[in-house]
Amino acid sequence: MEHRHAKVVVIGAGPAGLAAAARAGEHGCSVLVIDDNPDSGGQIWRGDHGLRARTWRARCAAAGVAFVHETAVIGESAPGTLVAGRPRGPMRVRFERLVLATGARELFLPFPGWTLPGVFGAGGLQALVKSGFDVRGMVIPVVGSGPLLPVIAAYLRGRGARVPIVAEQASAASMRGLATGLLGAPAKLIQAIRLRAALWRTPYRTGYWPVQATGEDRVREVKVSNGQRTLTIACDALACGFGLVPNIHVASTLGCHITEGRVDVSDLMRTSREGVFAAGEALGVGGVECALVEGEIAGLAAAGAEDEAADLRGRRARARAFAGALSDAFRLREELRRVVDDATVVCRCEDVRWGRVRARSCWRDAKLQTRCGMGPCQGRVCGPAMAFLRGWRVGDSRPPVYPAGAKDLAVALGSAGASAAPDERGLRERTNMEPER
Amino acid sequence: MAESVRLIIDGEHADVPRGTSVAAAILNRGTWGFRRSVEAEVRGPLCGMGTCQECRLEINGEPHQRACMAMCVDGMVVRTGRASD
Ligand SMILES: Cc1cc2nc3c(=O)[nH]c(=O)nc-3n(C[C@H](O)[C@H](O)[C@H](O)COP(=O)(O)OP(=O)(O)OC[C@H]3O[C@@H](n4cnc5c(N)ncnc54)[C@H](O)[C@@H]3O)c2cc1C
Ligand code: FES
Repeated sequence: MEHRHAKVVVIGAGPAGLAAAARAGEHGCSVLVIDDNPDSGGQIWRGDHGLRARTWRARCAAAGVAFVHETAVIGESAPGTLVAGRPRGPMRVRFERLVLATGARELFLPFPGWTLPGVFGAGGLQALVKSGFDVRGMVIPVVGSGPLLPVIAAYLRGRGARVPIVAEQASAASMRGLATGLLGAPAKLIQAIRLRAALWRTPYRTGYWPVQATGEDRVREVKVSNGQRTLTIACDALACGFGLVPNIHVASTLGCHITEGRVDVSDLMRTSREGVFAAGEALGVGGVECALVEGEIAGLAAAGAEDEAADLRGRRARARAFAGALSDAFRLREELRRVVDDATVVCRCEDVRWGRVRARSCWRDAKLQTRCGMGPCQGRVCGPAMAFLRGWRVGDSRPPVYPAGAKDLAVALGSAGASAAPDERGLRERTNMEPER
Repeated sequence: MAESVRLIIDGEHADVPRGTSVAAAILNRGTWGFRRSVEAEVRGPLCGMGTCQECRLEINGEPHQRACMAMCVDGMVVRTGRASD
């Protein structure tokens, strides 16, 4: 088994992780960044060679930061030793200080037809296009919620797709508050104006949400409604996303305190656990400015440069305030809880339909009685959906178990009685035994 | 022109630019269904970032690999899932 060691280990190579790594490296620490993706950049800088992405990558390189890619941290075998899964087998990494920069994933809400091939996450489709999916000439409506929808619509248009509509579920009224809020953030305002320019031929409809996708072999049509009027839109593919969910499983596995699905931190990004820091989207959705400044603070604090870190607190407070205004403006509407029907698949891994799961009393009950959330994604898609649909408390689940390496991982995790090398099923069961939150 | 790599998808040669994910290569061939669900519904990629597991298929004989997280390389053999898993 491969072993590595660094003074500061960073999990996640998105903007927050890169900023933390560069800052800690510049202060003379040995730094190792671990990331699940084949390349650095996280969600926003995936395949991006723009100025800012290049600058932070160059700062990391200049500071001697080391990277391991295609490597997912799954837990801790002993205090200060992480276990990570990778295609070539597991790896152990010892740290003195740790920065969690695990980012966020998209929130998906079920509606009839959302399991058809060709229905993609909005950010998901963008990621696929960045990795070579050619959408030229395709008609792709963008539906759901959040500031990312118009960004992604503009991106898809730039790649030659036709976007007939961007349907935002939030009402115009709730978004007006944001427009005034924007005035306090000039960089954002300019970005918003540019976007509007890029989108001038695409109707941006507020107060419309998806109610059904149809098609035989793949999606061919989507219906969006405002409660009174329903629009039917022919399409080749559909992009839908309802916001972001912080990835907190590593933090919770390490015993860091979590409140309402976000990692708790001090103003210097310290978690409740000594020597463990967190930054970026794992602390709640905040956008790239926020991720960067929090990454810088975490990296500096982890390197012991606390005064320098403290100087950045004002910038962070402003970025977080903006993020707060965003999440208020894009609050999910009640009606989204009523678009599912009994036949709608809620858990895509186990094909658990709404009719079976809706009557369960809690997430744990649903898991035990229906296998909802027990499949390979470990509830990472249906968990947040059920939290929204039923108001259940759903602990963030473990990352997917890679069957190929399951035994190796069990051995690597060691201590917890796994020396008997359980089979894949045994490991899965273990990973499902998270305390409910 | 970007350098290309050659792989085999469902028994046929495919030449794709280096840096293309397996998921993108398959979609570009017009194949939208990657696997069958436990109730045999046809499914394709959703999240594009390694989370949802809907893009799983067989790569070089290994089942359950995520097509969205794997990059195409020369000589790779990919099979989409026709049978239920
Ligand atoms: C699909 C998607 C698309 C987005 N597109 C945009 C956009 O176009 N514009 C925009 O402004 N914002 C976008 N965002 C929002 C974006 O997440 C933030 O602006 C910013 O990228 C957050 O940076 P971060 O460093 O906190 O997290 P991220 O960029 O999410 O980076 C976190 C990294 O940690 C890795 N990771 C997580 N868990 C583990 C683990 N256990 N082991 C190893 N690695 C792990 C992830 O693979 C990822 O690379 C998008 C978000 C998502 C989810
Ligand atoms: S598309 Fe979701 S894991 Fe690949």
